[in-house]
Amino acid sequence: MKLSELKKGDSAKIIAIDATEDLKRRLRSFGVIKGSELSVETYSLAKKTIEIMVDDTLIGLRAIEAEKVEVEKITEGKN
Amino acid sequence: MACQSCNCSTEGDTKQGKDGAGLEAIRVVLAGQPNVGKSMLVNAMSGSGRMKVGNFSGVTVEKTEICFEHHCHQFEMVDLPGTYSINGFSKEEKVAHDYLMHESYDVIINVLDATHMQRNLLLTLELLKLNKKMVLALNMADEAAKEGIEIDVNQIEAVIGVPVILVSASTGEGVDALLDRVHEVADSRRRQHSRILYSDPVEEEIDRVAHFFDERGYSYRDLSSRELAMRTLMGDPVIYAALHDHPIMIELQPLIAASLEHIYTHHESKNMDEIKANEYTAVARGIRLETVHCKREKRRGKSLTKRIDDILINKYFGIPIFLFFMWALFQLTFTLGALPMDWIDAGFTAFGDAVGSMISHEGLRSLIVDGIIAGVGAVVLFLPNIIILYIGIALLETTGYMSRVAFLLDGFFHKFGLHGKSFIPLVTGFGCTVPAYMATRTLKSEKDRLITLFILGFMSCGARLPIYVLFAGAFFGPDQAGNVIFAIYIAGALLGLVMAKVLRVVVFKGEDEPFVMEMPKYRLPSFKLIWHTVYQQASGYLKKAGTFILVASMLIWFASTYPKVDAPSELGVNQAKLYELEHSYLGQIGHATEPFFAPLGFDWRMAVALEAGLAAKEVVVSTLGVLYAIGDEVDAESSSLITQLKANVSFASAIAFIVFVMIYLPCLAASMVFAREAGGYKYLLYLFLFTTATAWIFAFAAYHLLN
Ligand SMILES: Nc1nc2c(ncn2[C@@H]2O[C@H](COP(=O)(O)OP(=O)(O)OP(=O)(O)O)[C@@H](O)[C@H]2O)c(=O)[nH]1
Ligand SMILES: [Mg+2]
Repeated sequence: MKLSELKKGDSAKIIAIDATEDLKRRLRSFGVIKGSELSVETYSLAKKTIEIMVDDTLIGLRAIEAEKVEVEKITEGKN
Repeated sequence: MACQSCNCSTEGDTKQGKDGAGLEAIRVVLAGQPNVGKSMLVNAMSGSGRMKVGNFSGVTVEKTEICFEHHCHQFEMVDLPGTYSINGFSKEEKVAHDYLMHESYDVIINVLDATHMQRNLLLTLELLKLNKKMVLALNMADEAAKEGIEIDVNQIEAVIGVPVILVSASTGEGVDALLDRVHEVADSRRRQHSRILYSDPVEEEIDRVAHFFDERGYSYRDLSSRELAMRTLMGDPVIYAALHDHPIMIELQPLIAASLEHIYTHHESKNMDEIKANEYTAVARGIRLETVHCKREKRRGKSLTKRIDDILINKYFGIPIFLFFMWALFQLTFTLGALPMDWIDAGFTAFGDAVGSMISHEGLRSLIVDGIIAGVGAVVLFLPNIIILYIGIALLETTGYMSRVAFLLDGFFHKFGLHGKSFIPLVTGFGCTVPAYMATRTLKSEKDRLITLFILGFMSCGARLPIYVLFAGAFFGPDQAGNVIFAIYIAGALLGLVMAKVLRVVVFKGEDEPFVMEMPKYRLPSFKLIWHTVYQQASGYLKKAGTFILVASMLIWFASTYPKVDAPSELGVNQAKLYELEHSYLGQIGHATEPFFAPLGFDWRMAVALEAGLAAKEVVVSTLGVLYAIGDEVDAESSSLITQLKANVSFASAIAFIVFVMIYLPCLAASMVFAREAGGYKYLLYLFLFTTATAWIFAFAAYHLLN
């Protein structure tokens, strides 16, 4: 499934990133690569932006970019 | 032996200690990811407070040098903008890249955030490849201790092969030791080999290729055969250029091809950048697992930052909360700022009277009382407002809230063709437009950057605040003034957004830039940090009042007093004064440009004030102060500028004036910076036409709607 389809509180593992080299490079330097684990912290209004946590770092991304990250859910959030 | 302080130039062309031999300065460069505390560490090491510190990525946008002495050693330190990876792509990250690659320096201090080791190590691994002398500073030791994180410094040192020091820029812990180690490293010949191990397939291939180089007795510069093998496999162009004409290339080629095939299969990718990233991440994770231990069981509960985020970037309340903060800030700016204003005003009036009574020469008295004291006083009067505004901005910058607002607003900004990150320069612009123009460097896309540059002037800077406070105070009740000021700022910001959209559609069409932004931990700003920032700004404001504004007030006074003309004798005293004023140089300029401003309902004095405001926005108020002080006796008894304005300016004109001030060109200093940042004076001309036309149209509309 896509990162943008996760719910608040879910955690997941990245399986693939299908983006331009530019965006991939940016994500990589934050440690967002295939195999990293992340959790979804919050969404902004209308799911425009999404805050995720990777390796203890909080990162804000646009939903359009989150769509390009393919993930596999590990645990479901409580809410 | 006495130490001599070094006086290297900021350009950093020479690096000689004053004593010549034996006291050569050590040239140190600080590199690290954004927001790890590089600038604060430089401040701690040098014992100064020159570097700007803030809790978001991209505070430092250009390299900044500082020289100091420690234990009789000269240090020349260069603080670089933070960069997530050495091939960073925004303008300020390029600065870091170019400096690290092409400038000469003795030692790199790689600053890491000890609480985010894994991500920070990715850059460290890249920096190691530069083959320079390096020291690792694990900053934020205090935070790590608080979070129960224990770091095995010796073990990291053993793995990476460079000295590692645990420091805290905020408590000063380890700072002396760091400088001593830097000095040691600068004197040492070369660094130890690192013991970093990659994944098995990569290690196997490195061994195979290294063995090949050993057998053939091939070496390159001072690289070990392992290092050489690694670089060959990673496709380092320098190595390939060297190998290109060498006979071993024939044997090497098939070997490399087979090795790469092995690595590609293992990583399921043929993209070397991706493979490197995978390897580095694995290494960084390995180092973290081996050396960082969290004493406390990872709390199941949420960290403080997450709990605050639940409120501040709440889906529904996030933006209202932000707007409330801004409203409260402007409300405070007006109401709290008004308290000391009366004292300052009374002080200057009493001072003017006292000085005036001591000077018998009429012209001189007028120059000092009506020119200098009225002009400078009018500007100093607003110091309390400015201080409150700056405290607000400093809080925004140092708590970590700034990036959150960028996150909240990105969706909204995006609709208007702006990037969420543009928020940072825009907020900086509420303080002063000059650093705000510089802050646009954090925007990667040139188009985003230009659009932000063009609309930045619509964010009213601190120097425009006095004008608003003056007019809002004069034309609205004190209970309304705060709201009016808030409305002015919001209107400016909204106008900026609309203009951004227009520019995006008409001029700067193009691709969208991704929004990927680190949200820093919330930090309680220290009193010292806030004090320092605000003190610097406030003293800068006063200094300007005492120098630039003083001279400008004198000029305005001269231009409004000379040439002396004789008023026709049939006029009364008051009319005669006015007649003289209108025939002064300033009156002539005002009257000459009046036709341009007349449709907006401005009299010639307001026109002159606006023109003078092109030099600096504070001058608008001081000019009004001087002009109405000279015409003092026109009105029966009152003296304050507010009452003068009320008597001479209609409500509609006042609003039109506010609108014009809100939109038109920022000060001269900012204009110069704009030209530099945008890439030429031609852009400044565009900006001038763009803002003047917009200001005129909106002021015209405001005047005629209200009239
Ligand atoms: N608790 C604690 N906070 C620190 C320490 N060092 C820096 N900070 C905080 O970390 C934040 C970032 O500091 P800066 O010095 O601006 O970071 P920088 O690396 O220069 O950032 P950029 O210029 O954006 O690359 C600020 O909020 C500092 O107050 C430290 O040792 N301990
Ligand atoms: Mg900095």
